[in-house]
Amino acid sequence: MSAADEAVTVLVNGQPVRVPPGTSAAAAVAMAGVSAFRSSVTGAPRGPLCGMGICFECRATVDGVPGVRTCRTRCREGMEIRTDGA
Amino acid sequence: MARERGFDILVVGAGPAGIAAACVAAESGARVGLVDDNPAPGGQIWRGGPERPADAAAAWFARLDAARLERLAGVQIVARPGPRVLLAEAAGEALVLRHEKLILSPGARERFIPFPGWTLPGVLGAGGIQALLKSGFPVAGKRVVVAGSGPLLLAVAAALREHGAEVPVIAEQAPWGRLIRFGLGLLARPGKLAQGAGYRIKTRGARYVAGCWPVAAEGARRVERAILRTARGTWAEPCDLLACGFGFVASLELPRLLGCAERDGSVCVDEAQQTSVPGVWCAGEATGIGGVDPALLEGQVAGLAAAGRRADAARLFAARDRARRFGRALDRAFALRPELKSLATDETIVCRCEDVTRGRLAAYGSWREAKLHTRCGMGPCQGRVCGGATEFLFGWAPASGRPPVFPVPVGVLGAGGNESPIDRAPGA
Repeated sequence: MSAADEAVTVLVNGQPVRVPPGTSAAAAVAMAGVSAFRSSVTGAPRGPLCGMGICFECRATVDGVPGVRTCRTRCREGMEIRTDGA
Repeated sequence: MARERGFDILVVGAGPAGIAAACVAAESGARVGLVDDNPAPGGQIWRGGPERPADAAAAWFARLDAARLERLAGVQIVARPGPRVLLAEAAGEALVLRHEKLILSPGARERFIPFPGWTLPGVLGAGGIQALLKSGFPVAGKRVVVAGSGPLLLAVAAALREHGAEVPVIAEQAPWGRLIRFGLGLLARPGKLAQGAGYRIKTRGARYVAGCWPVAAEGARRVERAILRTARGTWAEPCDLLACGFGFVASLELPRLLGCAERDGSVCVDEAQQTSVPGVWCAGEATGIGGVDPALLEGQVAGLAAAGRRADAARLFAARDRARRFGRALDRAFALRPELKSLATDETIVCRCEDVTRGRLAAYGSWREAKLHTRCGMGPCQGRVCGGATEFLFGWAPASGRPPVFPVPVGVLGAGGNESPIDRAPGA
């Protein structure tokens, strides 16, 4: 079994979440019970909409990089995901 | 120095149309590059690869694996610095893609229709939730209302049930009369009929209500209920998620960047799929929404034509035209009812990136004017969500593509090797 076939643990706002291989960061955030991924320019909570990387509503800070589209990001061992809208 | 690649035929977009085009072109002996911004080929409909070993997707993935071509994944086209060259971005680095011929298969995206509460977390696109399910988005034990229009609703409801969700209602906005006529037409296409029946069996227990549409989503910080309406009344359906799909709009950013002529939201092509720009072909949803069957045939026609095998391409015209007719039947059956244009109130946000409301947009006469005054469409999605919405609400034609096609690190735009970093599309 290669590394790509194994479950990984990511941190969502500091909370460890164990996810199956191939899980997106967006799915990991939802598994952690977070529905607001970001705050809009007027401060309203937002979550994923398009699931295909065009709407930018699921963006969050991943390993310190802000504005990452979590629906297009695969979970890696030890990845840290922070949502500002939580 | 930017990394460079050169091809006889460059195919941009690795959905069914792009896969078919790239395979036949490579099998014809051309040096072929297949580029997609996703990490894996398949586009939206075949995201995650074939679901069953025997389906059409599996056969095409096998053919793709066997083909001698170069696949470039995770690559986004950002500009066209000059003739026969595209500038792309991959993992933050610039990539220059030179080519003799270009096949565009950019696909489509969902049409989103604004209604009060549609910005609440938990209101997703129907195709959006289907894509997210494939990457592990949790729905087990959740109550998910599916609303909107078209066969996708049944497919999504079936996928949700398979992943353990409860689907209390599938709200189809088209009236029963149109659905029955469409169903009768399917008798001539037994494959489609069987597929539809299969989805309906998998969604047993979900109420399928025709002539029913969402008018609002309500909840404190996420959706808690969908407000649904039929001619007979309006009710609140409690839910954890609301999946809405109102059909598709072609992704025309790339064809516009190239200057391809378009009509009624589709790229104009000749019988061999060539666009108004010599050396540029287009296949799949961008030439007219029709689904995977016409996309595969159009892709093959484009690939053969670009590889100089015009006679072989011509043998597929009849099959392609028949597949396209099914797309037009879908359009008629699932045409959107006018009531959907008045769901958004003055306070409803239309542009989700910049939080621009319908009330502010209604003061302007065109997309361009509204954009200048309200920043509508100027956020990171660059009009991909609100463009289709304002077209539906106000009849605004979206403006021409203007690079960068996607937000990119500024360093990438300096690459490209030509005197001008950006070749502005007409009208930009």
